[in-house]
Amino acid sequence: MSEPLSFELSRPAVDPPRLPDAEVAGPAPADVLPPDALRARPPGLPRLSEPEIMRHYSRMASLNYSISENFYPLGSCTMKYNPVANEVAAALPGFAGLHPYQDEESVQGALELMWRLEQALCAIVGVDRVTLQPAAGAHGEWTALRMIRAYQHSRGEARTEVLVPDSAHGTNPASAALSGFQVVEVKSGGDGRISLADLESKLSPRTSALMLTNPNTLGLFEREILDIAELVHSTGAMLYYDGANLNAFMGICRPGDMGFDAVHMNLHKTFTTPHGGGGPGAGPVGVKTELVPFLPSPTVERTNGHLTFDHKRPQSIGRVRSFYGNFGMLVRAYTYILAMGGDGLSQASQDAVLSANYLRKLVEGDLEMPHDGPCMHEFVASAHDLTTRNGVRALDIAKALLDRDFYAPTVYFPLVVPEAIMVEPTETESKATLDAFARAVKDIVAEARTNPQSLHEEPRKTPVGRLDEVTAARRINAYLQGQSQDPVLRWKAPSEKPS
Amino acid sequence: MAGRRYTRSHEWVTVDGKHATIGITDYAQSQLGDVVFLELPSTGRKLGARETFGVVESVKAASDLYAPVAGRITEVNEKLASKPELINADPYGEGWILKLELAGDPPDDLLDEASYKKLTEASAQ
Repeated sequence: MSEPLSFELSRPAVDPPRLPDAEVAGPAPADVLPPDALRARPPGLPRLSEPEIMRHYSRMASLNYSISENFYPLGSCTMKYNPVANEVAAALPGFAGLHPYQDEESVQGALELMWRLEQALCAIVGVDRVTLQPAAGAHGEWTALRMIRAYQHSRGEARTEVLVPDSAHGTNPASAALSGFQVVEVKSGGDGRISLADLESKLSPRTSALMLTNPNTLGLFEREILDIAELVHSTGAMLYYDGANLNAFMGICRPGDMGFDAVHMNLHKTFTTPHGGGGPGAGPVGVKTELVPFLPSPTVERTNGHLTFDHKRPQSIGRVRSFYGNFGMLVRAYTYILAMGGDGLSQASQDAVLSANYLRKLVEGDLEMPHDGPCMHEFVASAHDLTTRNGVRALDIAKALLDRDFYAPTVYFPLVVPEAIMVEPTETESKATLDAFARAVKDIVAEARTNPQSLHEEPRKTPVGRLDEVTAARRINAYLQGQSQDPVLRWKAPSEKPS
Repeated sequence: MAGRRYTRSHEWVTVDGKHATIGITDYAQSQLGDVVFLELPSTGRKLGARETFGVVESVKAASDLYAPVAGRITEVNEKLASKPELINADPYGEGWILKLELAGDPPDDLLDEASYKKLTEASAQ
């Protein structure tokens, strides 16, 4: 079932492709490059005829697994279906053919779209302004922390700590550390929600911000969010919203109304732009009034229907992305928001929560549920019992799902649940799909109880079977530390292999 | 071993006069799974009690390592660089991580065998 590399399929008898002559004359390489940079032999590129290379790529495409073909229950990643209308809009020549160096006057339509998307996002999350520049979620986190720090510095405050719950996405402490803050962990209580007592004990005049996602990574709504906001603000710190889980309540309630001062959103999760496979992502950040002067420059401004980039922002943290962000993603997200409308967006969140609770109910007899339901848009189950009784781990269940034509859920996250299996079905899945997934889980759990050995050998139907991640990681580390000459993973051309 | 004491962050320490040996517990290695990499300090560095001194990484997770006691590092287990699996196979023996020359008395919040067992049983539920 696996496909050889084009290098392995290569036949020397095939003529090299005949490329047209260049339309502009360039210098000879030997005239402009030092001798040691010149190639002695032609590059060893594969030689295949057009039908051969076409079939090679078509076969590989058929081995791919994507949201266009199947269910992708990857918890905390919101892998929802990406509507085709988004692609149609993004491909319009007026958007797709733009050059970032074009004069502002010639791109009024694109600026209008950015302006309107900003207005829509402000309305959805309850903030005053939004920057569209950040290219991913973690980039958005970092951008928000830079703004918070610049704001606090402007007030003569040097706050050095960022609080992060123990159930947080790993990007939160990473963004805080990268921004130069000390990371302080806040514990969850027994109900899976942030412990107010622990939060209070960690808050101090050193605290710059609390980074929080709501609902949290256990799929549980932080019911005490208003008290949390009051506590954080009472020490002069700010509240940052990690928007990874915004799909749980868009159009129902707003982070801005809960007291969050800076809010990031993942267009590639909540707003149906492509997620995974390089995306690219887009992680806009919304802020309340006091942070507006610190927004990345330039902002898009609109006066009497005329749009301009505002570069004169003396307190701005500066540009955080070349040009104007991943513009093609902005077109897709705006298309989605317009196509759905306000009612459509709130219906999507309601359906996402319904899907998660339905699926949770279907599998609660098979996997442990460490926290009481109902959940929000995702739930976290545990395979701890199967591990202790049958030696079957969350990893085995994830791998076995691949053999049953499903993508694996997130496993071993959040860290506060042992043998965690985190499932987020999203609103775009039908009841039939959710039923089929639950049947697959039941089937696997039954096999775990009767024939656990077989599960350790799955997947069997995928192009590549169970990978030996441990050996791979140990050998590559030994290689990187100079303890071994063999990284294992290096591909060898057929000509290099002993025959 | 009777003299072994534990931290809430799952390190162990044994003390012999002015010298301490530290590692991670059997529970810690079982939770991490197969250890693939350790980032360790050099000898000579002075550590405070509860100070982060390195990272242990498995295919599942990366965790900080905390010093159970204060002291100066006299020896680092060099074998772990090429054989991180020693942590899994023998966490209290060949999988030791650092040897320290103690600075002052060990903190009084270290756990004994029974209290540590209670802690791990509580977190397993």
